[in-house]
Amino acid sequence: MKRLAIPVALVALLAFAPKLAVDIPVLFKSSLDSPGTLQLLALMLTFAGLAFTYDLLFGYTGLLSFGHALYFAVGVYVAGIAMTRWHWGFWPAVLFTAALGIVLPLVFGAVSLRVGGIAFAMVTLAFAQAGSVLAFKNPGVDYTKLPSGLVGILNTKHLYWLALAYAVGVFLIGRWAINSSPGRVWQAIRENELRVEVLGLRPFDFKLMAFVLASFLATIGGIVYLVLISGASPEVTGPSFTLALLVMVVIGGAGSRWGALVGGLVYTYLDHRLADLAGSHAISTLPSVLRTPLQEPLFILGLVFILVVYFAPGGLARLGRIRRRPAALEEAL
Amino acid sequence: MSTVVLLIITGFGLGAMYFLIASGLSLIYGLMGVLNFAHGAFLTVGSYATWYTETKLGGISVAPRFVLAALVGLAVGTVFAALVELVLIRPLYGRHIEQVLVTVGLGLCVTALASAIWTNDAKFVSLPRWTARTTGVLGASIPNDRWLEIATAAVVLFALQLFLRRTRYGLIVRAGVENRAMVTALGIDVRRAFTLVFAIGGLAAALAGVLSALYFGTVDPQRGTSLLIFAFIVVVIGGLGSIGGTAIAAVVVALVQQFANYYASSGMGDLSVVLLLAVVLLVRPHGLTPAAAT
Repeated sequence: MKRLAIPVALVALLAFAPKLAVDIPVLFKSSLDSPGTLQLLALMLTFAGLAFTYDLLFGYTGLLSFGHALYFAVGVYVAGIAMTRWHWGFWPAVLFTAALGIVLPLVFGAVSLRVGGIAFAMVTLAFAQAGSVLAFKNPGVDYTKLPSGLVGILNTKHLYWLALAYAVGVFLIGRWAINSSPGRVWQAIRENELRVEVLGLRPFDFKLMAFVLASFLATIGGIVYLVLISGASPEVTGPSFTLALLVMVVIGGAGSRWGALVGGLVYTYLDHRLADLAGSHAISTLPSVLRTPLQEPLFILGLVFILVVYFAPGGLARLGRIRRRPAALEEAL
Repeated sequence: MSTVVLLIITGFGLGAMYFLIASGLSLIYGLMGVLNFAHGAFLTVGSYATWYTETKLGGISVAPRFVLAALVGLAVGTVFAALVELVLIRPLYGRHIEQVLVTVGLGLCVTALASAIWTNDAKFVSLPRWTARTTGVLGASIPNDRWLEIATAAVVLFALQLFLRRTRYGLIVRAGVENRAMVTALGIDVRRAFTLVFAIGGLAAALAGVLSALYFGTVDPQRGTSLLIFAFIVVVIGGLGSIGGTAIAAVVVALVQQFANYYASSGMGDLSVVLLLAVVLLVRPHGLTPAAAT
């Protein structure tokens, strides 16, 4: 029970955040219950959940996919298009998108899992690229039919709770799946696929299962994101978005309990706040050689990422602990 | 008819760029097992070095200035790639995932840095006037830069084959692709070949950067990444580690893309390339040619 106490308290605290008019000076621009801060927190939570779904593939099953953004984009775009172009209601659109979030990864996963390692990475990348091309052709999607409780600046706290529910839900489902017996097979595949095969199991089935689960949860994340942003931009469909997820997972610590969540929170926070921090006095007085790169969040994140790979291979989650390297990830390539 | 000729020759020009990027990727992967996500960064570095040198060189006429700037770009790209191998990849030998991750990070950093310093806008490169003219072939007006791209890629293909088949280092690279452990066991230091392969890949990618400046007339920070994705597809279709296969695949991919973009609708080209990849992988999971550096 003791191990549960801290996470439960943390979630409870997070749930009450919109009711707390606390100012956190350097970290956030405005008080905790202001719409701006809540919106940022909601984004952070959504991406934390999303990073966890990517970790299910990469960290727990050893599948290096470069196309995870596709399933997130399915959530954003299909739900958006169903509501705006086809004039469906909110719930039918969500149900349809969720169904698609199972069927599509089932089909694409069955094709791409025929090959392993790098070829798998490439095929998933190619599928995601195709999706991205489609999205860039018709980029405009905006919302009309969200339930009234999710619209308007005063209701930002509802969006925040939605994002919190998503992150917690993904985490609980993910943990449950990892500890179930197929989940153990996923980790066995990560460690040594050949051995799983020798034991008489078909790795393909289990990998497909992990792929569909992770993609489905990402699709749900896409719907949450659509509601949150009340619109869609094609940037979230591209391969660089998948790379961002990979960066989150690695910075946090792949295949660890809290790693992906922490990585998602930290990455999203830095991505949104670094630009503001760069405008601060301490940095604007620096000579331009130093200032210019510091104003580019992606540069800093890329640098942090490289440093983590060299100096903290377990990510933030394993900082300060005895290093237990997931040697098995080697086998993925 | 003239449209078909134009599409074919433009397709070859685009294929030339794909080949230049993909050949380096393919060699690096074949020899070292590293999927190099920083390869687009090599292209970016090469093309920006070319553009930057050109803006700094005043007082000479356009053609020699472009040639000079291109040579600087190539040198910078090559040195950058060799340094990346020595400084970033070497400490991580034998840890493939980490190597891939580091190249991913480097790719992010270089793209972000280029857009931080020179903004996200495309920069115009002043090109020799000859490249802007057209030549009539079978009734089609072909922009002259296409010939330059095709000729360069052909020379690189020939030179690479010569290097791989006729020189001692080429032999080591080919043997290393085949069986790295055995080459090491024979007492040959494969690591020098690693740096060499990275330098060659960087040179080819920087060359692609210069040619992309010719093809598009501009340099921009995102181009490396967008070309890299197609280069990946080319490498997988062509068979990892095979230069000949890469050349064929580059041309096939570029032609399919050009024709689908023209006859179906723009964007269809990219989709058909992805479809092509899926079909090839389903029919022949190891690409068109078996892995061997030939």
